[in-house]
Parts: sequence; structure tokens; C-alpha cells
Amino acid sequence: MSVIYILLAISLVVAIIFFVAFIVSVRQGQYDDAYTPSVRMLFEDELVKPMKETGNVVKSEE
Amino acid sequence: MQADTCFHCGDPCDRQLITFDEKSFCCTGCKTVYEIFSTNDLSHYYELQEAAGSTPKAIEGKYDFLDNEEIIAKLTEFNDGNIQIINLYIPTIHCSSCIWILENLNKLNKYVTNSQVDFPKKTIRVTYKNEDFSLKNLVLLLAKIGYEPYISLEDFEGKKKVSDRSLIYKLGVAGFAFGNVMFLSFPDYFDLGSSAASGGEYWLNKYQDVFRWMMFIFSLPVVFYAGWDYFVSAYKGLRAKLLNIDVPIALGILVLFLRSTYDIAFNLGSGFFDSLTGLVFFLLLGKFFQQRTYSFLSFERDYKSYFPIAITRLNLKGKEETVPVQEIQKGDRILIRNEEMIPVDGTLVYGNAQIDYSFVSGESELVAKEIGEQVFAGGKQLNGVIEMIALKSVSQSYLTQLWGNAVFKTDKVTAFQNLTDSIGKRFTIAVLSIAFIATAFWLYYDPSKAMNVFTAVLIIACPCAIALASPFTLGNMLRIFGKKKFYIKDTQTIERLSKIDTAIFDKTGTITTSQKSTAHYEGMPLSPEEESILKNTIRASNHPLSRSLYDLLKEQNIITLDEYEEHVGKGLESSKDDINMKIGSANFVGKGSSENLLDTSIYISSNDAYKGRYVFQNQYRDGLSTVFKNMSESMNLAILSGDNEGEKERLEALLPKMTPLYFNQKPETKLDFIKSLQEQGKKVLMVGDGLNDAGALAQSNVGIAISENINVFSPACDAILDASKFQQLYSYILASKKAMRIIKMSFVLSLLYNCVGLYFAITGQLEPVIAAILMPLSSISIVIFTTLMTNLIGRKLS
Repeated sequence: MSVIYILLAISLVVAIIFFVAFIVSVRQGQYDDAYTPSVRMLFEDELVKPMKETGNVVKSEE
Repeated sequence: MQADTCFHCGDPCDRQLITFDEKSFCCTGCKTVYEIFSTNDLSHYYELQEAAGSTPKAIEGKYDFLDNEEIIAKLTEFNDGNIQIINLYIPTIHCSSCIWILENLNKLNKYVTNSQVDFPKKTIRVTYKNEDFSLKNLVLLLAKIGYEPYISLEDFEGKKKVSDRSLIYKLGVAGFAFGNVMFLSFPDYFDLGSSAASGGEYWLNKYQDVFRWMMFIFSLPVVFYAGWDYFVSAYKGLRAKLLNIDVPIALGILVLFLRSTYDIAFNLGSGFFDSLTGLVFFLLLGKFFQQRTYSFLSFERDYKSYFPIAITRLNLKGKEETVPVQEIQKGDRILIRNEEMIPVDGTLVYGNAQIDYSFVSGESELVAKEIGEQVFAGGKQLNGVIEMIALKSVSQSYLTQLWGNAVFKTDKVTAFQNLTDSIGKRFTIAVLSIAFIATAFWLYYDPSKAMNVFTAVLIIACPCAIALASPFTLGNMLRIFGKKKFYIKDTQTIERLSKIDTAIFDKTGTITTSQKSTAHYEGMPLSPEEESILKNTIRASNHPLSRSLYDLLKEQNIITLDEYEEHVGKGLESSKDDINMKIGSANFVGKGSSENLLDTSIYISSNDAYKGRYVFQNQYRDGLSTVFKNMSESMNLAILSGDNEGEKERLEALLPKMTPLYFNQKPETKLDFIKSLQEQGKKVLMVGDGLNDAGALAQSNVGIAISENINVFSPACDAILDASKFQQLYSYILASKKAMRIIKMSFVLSLLYNCVGLYFAITGQLEPVIAAILMPLSSISIVIFTTLMTNLIGRKLS
């Protein structure tokens, strides 16, 4: 039954990975603006078209 | 109708019609923006949202100060010589088209590498290459496409707002620990009442200690990081000899932790770690819910948000130089361009001053000043270039010295004891007495259980639900009010609003609308030809009074005038066929001095014979009488106006009898008036709009700023009310009273839960699992109760 130590360790590691991911995303400011990305998401198709026409190098979504 | 509205901004094109590319535009500015967009393959802008644009304003010379390296260094967020990053506030951002165009700035200018819009805050973060390009170019580019950034003295003084994310971290930590502790508690939940001695599940009992000590480890960051604020607040409260609600909460957390650690250390039970982490998580959730406010509004503005960063000074040789406004000294000669703000008090020495003091007084009518007269800080010059000599420095001017008053340094929040804290005091005393009585009883009856009962009482009585009632009720009310265009700074303001017994109103801009939309004609009737000339003459003028009058006059055919001349600061002159008309000030039309200085009028003469005048009147907001009538039933009202008594009789007719009216009030006297009322024990609501009300708004218990357009600046206040909802003011105050009643009802509800819990605790039967069920149950039911009830109130509001 000492396999339970391994299982506990795995579950803990998985939990901590998600926790760290959360902290990192907050630190990057991903939760500061919760509205604009929802609008920006809808633009992407339109962004491609003028890019080809003008041949400009455009940085897409950040 | 399609042809009559501007393709770019959607305004009607009745003043001027430009047709370009088979589309109509209201002005050359809008046409230029369209041209820029269409030549750069960005006309998709118009597909996203129809008529999304805003008209660019003339800004020549306004941003010359952005050439100054020192200023650039202060404004930019990042600057290594090649690449600069800046955050700019753009008030005109309002739709998805705005986001799209601003995030495609790189197509308009190759030096811009990246731009990102934060829509709720109305800011844009631009990264650009600094070679052959500068901040000034960027700002000019934005202004050219109708997105002029707003750069004020406040940005320059550089308190870069660091958004406080600590609550999110704490919430994350508590939630993370809560979830994991719950999982680790499962063996105990399933294995009730059994232990290694009495048989039970073998492996659950064997590894029991592993699970328990892991829970202990998870609870450490919860107690010492996430819940630490409660200890700090409780300690501060105790030191100030106040029993706030955080005292029993901190006590509960501490006892939960110590008792649980003791239990697992001596193998007495599994401890209450699940309840502990859950408690802190729910409490923080309440705080989080309460904290979210309006990121696009600012409630903290002082004159610095209105004032420019730099101003053009003329040095002794008459050369122009750009200097930061703080460096202006007495005696400096300053140049103010069109649309620029006057930063200091001074004497006018050159030019025609037509000053818009609407920031200061809410009065939109322009004030004309002659050379030699004094001009005051806070006005906006609207008529070409003027020059003035500063009489004072910026911080000592008539308007700005108001901010030296001590009231701007005191915090309303600390001075107010909220309902939860006042309940907290009685609650703490009650809980402690119950705990000691129960312990005393058990000491006599069965001493081995005494400590158990003492801690159990403190654990179960931990006022989680009480602490949640207020944040969730008021947080939800805040959101409901927000939807009804009443934007409140924080939840505590709602509580203060519910206690108001006196309401003071400013006049101009607060109970009147800023557009002067009524005027009546006095004098000899005009012939049809004269009326036609009149309308066509003022059509071309941009003076605010001409615009108002133009909208009021009846439709006329557009005719071409033979002659048209605008005499700046005086009036308009035009002729058609054999009629020559003069429209403007009394002196200009040859009427001599104006009859009544208290009125605002446009005088008209035809062929040098005085005809008559249009008298403008303050237009009071719709429903003003009703609002005052309703409010006067339960509170004292008064009007404090900075204006003269010209409107006294009309106001007396509109308002309930005996409403005190005070005229010619200075900003400081308004503040002192409120203070004297408060010294009589009154809870004062101040409703105002301009910077001259700022002192009164800060001094009052609740200061509400009325705003025609919430994106335009309003002074520091506790709440911003959209002018269109003025009639609802009283119903909002009543709603805040109802919200407080809901909180009281939730207190009763949570006390019931506490009684049930106390029964288990006092009788010495509190099992961890009972605590683990009761605690979330009471919290969640309070949250549901308050949410439902506040939504019910919200539905009744219009």
C-alpha cells in the first residue's frame, strides 16, 4: 500500500503545477483586463486579409 | 436620412456637407480620417460598427511640450533610446471599431511595433521605435484619426498606478488549499467513527497521519498569508479599543488552527482544517466581490487631472519655450493657444479671451475678458491665442489652493463605523460570554471536556456569514446601481448614503442642464427675410451660443450671404441684398450697455436699428420639482450656487416652498457650509458637478457628481450619477436604505445558524464534519439570500 505515497506525490505535483500557472498568469496581468480579449478574439480573421494585400509584417495577437 | 448623417462619426451634416467617395461627412476632419483609413486598407473599421468615429480636433502646437526629453522620460513606461513603451488614456474609445483600429496602428505607421487596448480602462499601450519618430508624432497620429490621448499633470507627477493583485493571490492560495484539504479529508469523511482500535478501513487508518499532516501543511499559507489581514485588522482594532468584526474572525481562525494542530499532534481527531481553509476562502471571496469597481471611472481626481503638463512661456527676448507648469512663477508671460487650459491666475495682456469655465463651475457659457482684466486658472481658452502674465504660481491660484484644505487629506472610510463592525462589537462580547459560561459549566461537570467546548464555541461562532452579508449585498447593489448609470466608488458609500438626512445641491450644471436650450425673444418682430439671414449667419459660427440658438430657430432655406464677418468676441455681421444684420453683444449691435447683467442674451440689429434680443434661460433638468418634492418629505434640502441671483424667482417657483437658496457661494464657503451642518449632527449629501464643488463633495458624507457624459471629467467624489438619471436620485437613496435592511435580515439568518452550531458546541458534540457542513452551508445560503433580495430591489428601480 505504500503506493499511496506515490499517488499523493503525483496529485500534489499536478495541483502545484496548476497553482503556479495561476500565479504566473496573474503576475503577467492576464486578469487585469478581462474584457478586451473577448472582443479582440473576433478580429483575427479580418486581420489576415489586409496583411496579405499590403505585405506588411504585422505582429498578430499578443 | 442616410445622406444626412456623417459616415464617419454619425453626426447630422446640417451645418456643412462634404461628399467624398460617395459618402457624406460632417466636416473635413471626419473626411480626413476616412481618407487615412481607406488608403491604408483599414476601412473595415466602418464594417465593425457603423459611424464609429469621432471628429478630430485642431491641436496645432498643443503637444509641443512632448519634445521635451525630461517630460518624455516621465511619461513613458519603458525607454531605452531605441524603443519606447507608453500607456495613453484615450477618452474617446467606445466600441469594437476603436479597439480594432488602435490595435492596427502599425499599418498607419511603420514605427509602431505593437499596440494593445485595455477597453475597460480606455487606455492603449503602444510600443514604438524611437528613430525618426517620437512620442509627439505618436500623439499627433492618434489625434489625427480622432483618438486624441488625454495627458494631464497627474500623469506627469508619475504616481504609476500599480494594480494591487495581492487579493487575487490570496484568494488563489486559499482556494487551492481549500480544495486540496477537502480531498485529503475524504478518508475521514468516509470513515466516520472508526479508528485503528475499533477496526475500520485498514489503509485509511494506517496512513491517517500522512493525510492529516499534509492538511496541516496546506493550512499554513492560508493562516499566515491569506488570512493574515484579519489578524492585522483585529490587532489594529483592539489597539484602538474597538471590537470590530475582524476580532471574532481572527479569534476563530486562530482557535481553529491551534485546536486542529493540537488534535492531530495528539491523535485526538482529524482537526478542522477543511473548515479553516473554507472559512478563509469564503471571506476572501466576499472581499473580492466587494472590491471590483469601475476601472474606467476615476473618483480621485483633483485639479491635476485637468491641468496640462507644460505651457508655453515667452522669455524676455519674446521667444517661445515650453516649461512644465509647476515652474511658472509670478510675473512670467504665458502664451495660451486655442483649446488650452489656463493653469494660473493672471492678467490678460494680449488677445481676445473667450473662456470656458465649465470645468470649474459647470457653466458652459463663455466668459469674455478684455486686456488688463484678470483671468482665473481652470478656464479653457476657446478663441485664438492669448497672452497673460502670471500673478501667482499654480498651487496658489484661486481654484487650486482649495486643495490645500485639510478635508482632502482625511479619509471618509476610516472615520465611519459600518454596520458590520457595530454588530461585531456586541457579537464578540456575546460569543466570549457564552464560551466562558459553557467552559465554567463543563469545568464543574466534566473538566476533561472543558477545553474542547471552549474552542468549539469559538470555532462555530466565527461570524463568517455575518462578515459575508455586507460585502455581497452591497457589492451586488453596486453592480445594480452601475447598470442604472449610478456609479458608486465603494460599497461603504452605499451604507453612508442610506443614512443621509440633508441634501445640498449645486445649481449650474447640477440641477440645470449644460446646454442652454431655451431662449425667448424680446423686442420687435423680425421680418421673414431677417429671420432667414439670422439663421444663415449663425450657421457658420462656432460660438456655443450661436450653436444653441441655431438649433432653436425654425428651419430656413440655405442662402448664400453677400457678406459675412465674424468679429471675435463681439458678434457676427452679415448682409444679403439690402439688409445688413448685426448679431452679438449689446455694445456690438449699438444697443448701449446690456439692460440686465444677470441674463445671457444675443442682441440683434438690422440696418443699425436695434430689433430685439434672444434671452437664454437656464434649462432645469426634467423632473426637478418632483425630485425635490419627494426628497423634502424626509430630508432637509438647500441650493448652494456660485452664480448670481438671476434665477432666484424661477427656482423659487420650481422648488418646494422654504427651500433655502444661497447664491454667490465661493468654493471654500460651500465647504464650510457643509461642515457647519455636520457639526450640527447632520449627515449631508452634496450633489455637484464642477471643480468648484470639489471641496464640498469631499467634506460631505456622500458627494455625488452629476455628469452629462461620464467619460468626461468629474471632480473627486464618492459617486457619479449620469445626468439622464437625475430623476431617480431619490429612489436610489431609498434603495440603499433597503439594502441595509437586507443586511440586517441576513444577520438574523446567520445568527440562527450560529445557534444551531452553538448547541453542538456547548453540548460538547462538535465533530469536524458538522463544522465542515455548517460553515459552508451558512455562508452559501447568506450569499444566495442577499443576491436574490438585492436583485429584487434592482428590478424595482427604473
